Amino acid sequence: MIRVFLADDESPARERLKELLQDIAAEVPTAVAGEARNGVEALERLPASGAQVLLLDIRMPGMDGLELARHLGGLENAPAVIFVTAHDKHALEAFELNALDYLLKPVRASRLAAALKKAATAGPPRRESLARAADAPREYLSVAERHRIVLVPVRDILFLRAEQKYVTVRTREREHLIEESLIALEREFSEPFVRIHRNCLVARSAIRGFERTGAGEEEARWQVVLDGYAERLPVSRRQWPAVRELIADRP
Amino acid sequence: MPSIRQNTYPDLLPDFRNLAVMARVLVGVNALALAGTFYAAPAVAPAVDRFIHAAAFLEPLLLIELMVLFAASGLIARLPYWIGGAIVIVLAGVLAGAYNAMVRTVATEAVPSLSRTVVITLLVATALLAYFRLHTKAFSPALAEARLQALQARIRPHFLFNSLNAVLALIRRDPKRAERALEDIADLFRTLMSDARQFVRLADEIALLERYADIEQLRLGDRLRVSWELDAAPSDALLPPMVLQPLLENAVYHGVEPGTGVGDVLVRIERRGDRVHATIENPHLETGGQRSGNRMALENIRERLALFFDAEARLETRIANGRYRVEIEVPYRRT
Repeated sequence: MIRVFLADDESPARERLKELLQDIAAEVPTAVAGEARNGVEALERLPASGAQVLLLDIRMPGMDGLELARHLGGLENAPAVIFVTAHDKHALEAFELNALDYLLKPVRASRLAAALKKAATAGPPRRESLARAADAPREYLSVAERHRIVLVPVRDILFLRAEQKYVTVRTREREHLIEESLIALEREFSEPFVRIHRNCLVARSAIRGFERTGAGEEEARWQVVLDGYAERLPVSRRQWPAVRELIADRP
Repeated sequence: MPSIRQNTYPDLLPDFRNLAVMARVLVGVNALALAGTFYAAPAVAPAVDRFIHAAAFLEPLLLIELMVLFAASGLIARLPYWIGGAIVIVLAGVLAGAYNAMVRTVATEAVPSLSRTVVITLLVATALLAYFRLHTKAFSPALAEARLQALQARIRPHFLFNSLNAVLALIRRDPKRAERALEDIADLFRTLMSDARQFVRLADEIALLERYADIEQLRLGDRLRVSWELDAAPSDALLPPMVLQPLLENAVYHGVEPGTGVGDVLVRIERRGDRVHATIENPHLETGGQRSGNRMALENIRERLALFFDAEARLETRIANGRYRVEIEVPYRRT
């Protein structure tokens, strides 16, 4: 018995998948472990559902299927993922390229059965494949706890700072630790973030100004002043010219 | 042989009730007169003087011609192009002759000879008709392309496959509803594939909007809420086909589908005097944005409105209070 979770924003589409699962029950016995109408809802319900396979629509409001799949990576017993899409040329090319499983809507029973059998043995998709298949930066960073996934909206983040093997994600309210590399984060979020130091990326929108330290004859050192956050972040000598230029460009 | 005519645009006489057409006639004739006087006069000052004299004779005639053509345009438009064109030219000549004879009886100054007036009028009328024909022709590749684009933009694969999927989900549980949905889809595609060069009645376009909304409702359920304000819609008004449906489709695609809550869409069509106004409104979502695809669709509609109504149609978009709004205004024309 494979436990299947359905995520699709259109209720007829979920109904149709359930019908098909019943139709192929003799060949591939399944049980519906849960359903969700959008990405955020799916992330809330998935960890507790014990689902082994996730049938995942790509175009969903709130958070699309590809991003959702990326947040599942940190979960213990992450489900295998079968993407389902009506038409999304870009995504399909990316899936082919990165060997991710997908089905086209309307889905045929025989294809669904084959995909489920394959997924049950294949396990969750590799994070790197998902990252490569994604065409846009994520809207959230995620912290996987034992039985839930905490989402941190990227637009709430003040800065990202690498320490030892973790990256600290700082928002106005609190901080989180994530296991990702600062270099990969810099590449993904090159638009909203700027590197001010070897170990630190700052949200451009959070920068209020700069403060000079080192008095008198000493060479000038600069610190970033953030909006609504007391701590000052040092700008490295190497990054200062680039940072100053970026800020000067701001309207 | 309709299959051969598919990709050519039929010759059409200009619409003499269109302000842009009238303006072109006025400017064209006066420019010709100005060129003529400058050519005939020895210097600038006498040329200006002559032009003013000529204008005193010319303008009333021009206005009379335009008024008569305005009145007759309904009749002329129904005739085949060549016959209609000949009638316009002859009519212009006859009017010029009559006008010349009438002015002669009251004039205190020299009046151009009858034959000169008539011959020049015939020539100018012919030249202007030739100009309007070229003008339409110059647009016809754009039209063929616009039609193609319209087709491609219209049949959003996303919409087609999701709708079919929704119908499949219905077949076992509610076969009647499934049948109706397939009929709606068929109607929609029939219109999409029909001749984009003919005007359609507003009533038919509204029926299409309702079918389309039914299909989307099936997919999106409570998430889509469409309010219709159609009481003041003149059902006999004529529109180019597929002007409103793409706008509603955009509203759903950009304003409802990417949202997690309920999306309110407003469709308001009304007549104000001799104009028909249509407004389509949807929530403006930060995330989805109404981006390039939407802009292309709007450009396409704007082009087609210009082809059908020249400068008399208007299309505007506005974002206010978290709502995205498209407004269209066209002259009220009837069958």
